Amino acid sequence: MTSIGTGYDLSVSTYSPDGRLFQVEYANKAVEAAGVAIGLRCKDGVVLGVERLLHSKLLVKGANRRIASLDEHIGIASAGLLADGKHLTRRAREEASSFRENYNSPVSVQILSDRISAYLQAYTCYGSVRPFGLSSIIGGVDKTGSKLFCIEPSGVYYGYRAVAVGKGKALAKTELEKIVNKDLESQQSGNVESSLTCKQAIDEVARIIYLVHDDNKDKEFELELTWICEESGNKHALVPEELLKSAEEKAKAALEEGMEED
Amino acid sequence: MANIHTVDITRLKNGEVNLGTSIMAVQFDGGVVIGADSRTTTGSYIANRVTDKLTHIHDRIYCCRSGSAADTQAVADVVHQHAQVYTSVYGEPPTVSTAASLFEKMCYDNKDQLSAGIIVAGWDKEAGGSVYNIPLGGGMFQQPWAIGGSGSTYVYGYCDATYKEGWNEEETVQFVKNTLALAMSRDGSSGGCIRMCVITKDKVERHFIPGNELPRFWEGKEIIGSMSGQKVGIVA
Repeated sequence: MTSIGTGYDLSVSTYSPDGRLFQVEYANKAVEAAGVAIGLRCKDGVVLGVERLLHSKLLVKGANRRIASLDEHIGIASAGLLADGKHLTRRAREEASSFRENYNSPVSVQILSDRISAYLQAYTCYGSVRPFGLSSIIGGVDKTGSKLFCIEPSGVYYGYRAVAVGKGKALAKTELEKIVNKDLESQQSGNVESSLTCKQAIDEVARIIYLVHDDNKDKEFELELTWICEESGNKHALVPEELLKSAEEKAKAALEEGMEED
Repeated sequence: MANIHTVDITRLKNGEVNLGTSIMAVQFDGGVVIGADSRTTTGSYIANRVTDKLTHIHDRIYCCRSGSAADTQAVADVVHQHAQVYTSVYGEPPTVSTAASLFEKMCYDNKDQLSAGIIVAGWDKEAGGSVYNIPLGGGMFQQPWAIGGSGSTYVYGYCDATYKEGWNEEETVQFVKNTLALAMSRDGSSGGCIRMCVITKDKVERHFIPGNELPRFWEGKEIIGSMSGQKVGIVA
């Protein structure tokens, strides 16, 4: 961001001469400061993971979660301003339940993501508001299969095989690419559709979050993991305690192994 | 004029056009058969004897209308519009369940103003053929078969005794045709012809049975006396 604003960053309703909206770009900065959030789509479901940074040792364990349920079958992991995330979650739940009410069927992940993105986009149009300092990963399983989307502060959203947002997202993405590529290769060589299961994916997501976490710079963190798959009854739920613990232990072990190699 | 003719239709205004009706929908493996008589009345006058009560909602979703002609037309029009918007917004046709819940919402929210008993039926790729009954108060019930309208009361026993799971299209059509003929012959405000519609993945096929070709059952020995093989002595 050269020359910082020069007056074009005071309102979100003003373009800079080269066609940018500085306020939206600043909102992206708010996202980059947040602990990493990861979504990974598998053949049998979706795994969401978040590195929840703890700003105080006095905080209650497991409180202030950053992953929430929008409907039985859809979860949202947000990175950025926490309060914005809460607001968006509330709004998205209203959308999901009104869809159910009107059409007597659960909303698909694509449709819900579309509606949330339209809501975010409206906050990039008016001088009286600021954009959401938020990137949200929305994952779920619907009648069309497992789906994963990420919505950015500008309101654009893309579908993903795997996605990471927040601090250290670059490193997380390269790790995710390795996993996805490996999976694609095994698809091409073997005749399996996709080999990665949610159960394997939680280990991978935990490993990446531990890898991305910067011990020196950052405070402590809690690992938040949820999934939607057959084992959770195709509902968005916390990864069971024992699976979470074993994933964390494997992640720590992998980290130490990596250090010895260095 | 508190006689039997006004019992069922006290919700109607004086002179309002009524679908004193026999309607029906039955699901079978791969689709549904819907059917209706063709009589529309204002009091004792038959305002239309070839009415089409099988109303298009979407490509593979129809409804059978009973109650006030005006109310049910209006509701069907609104749901039809919703279904079209749904298709263009979400890029796929609504399910029968979705169409039925749109009907249900309208009928329930406006239950004080409406006199509408509707059966929604059709085919979708998730459920195959399915039938939803939306009676007067705006409830919604999924059923393997549903009958409605004033004529239906006469044939519940026949349906209960006759209906079997696992029928094919032809057997189902026959069942609908017979049930409606029986209802029409007993119910004074049903009659005319039978219109039917077979809805499957591949087709929406209409059947028409003219009034003089309706299936006939026992109508008293003076009329089909020979059915029992005995001669009937007609006394003048």
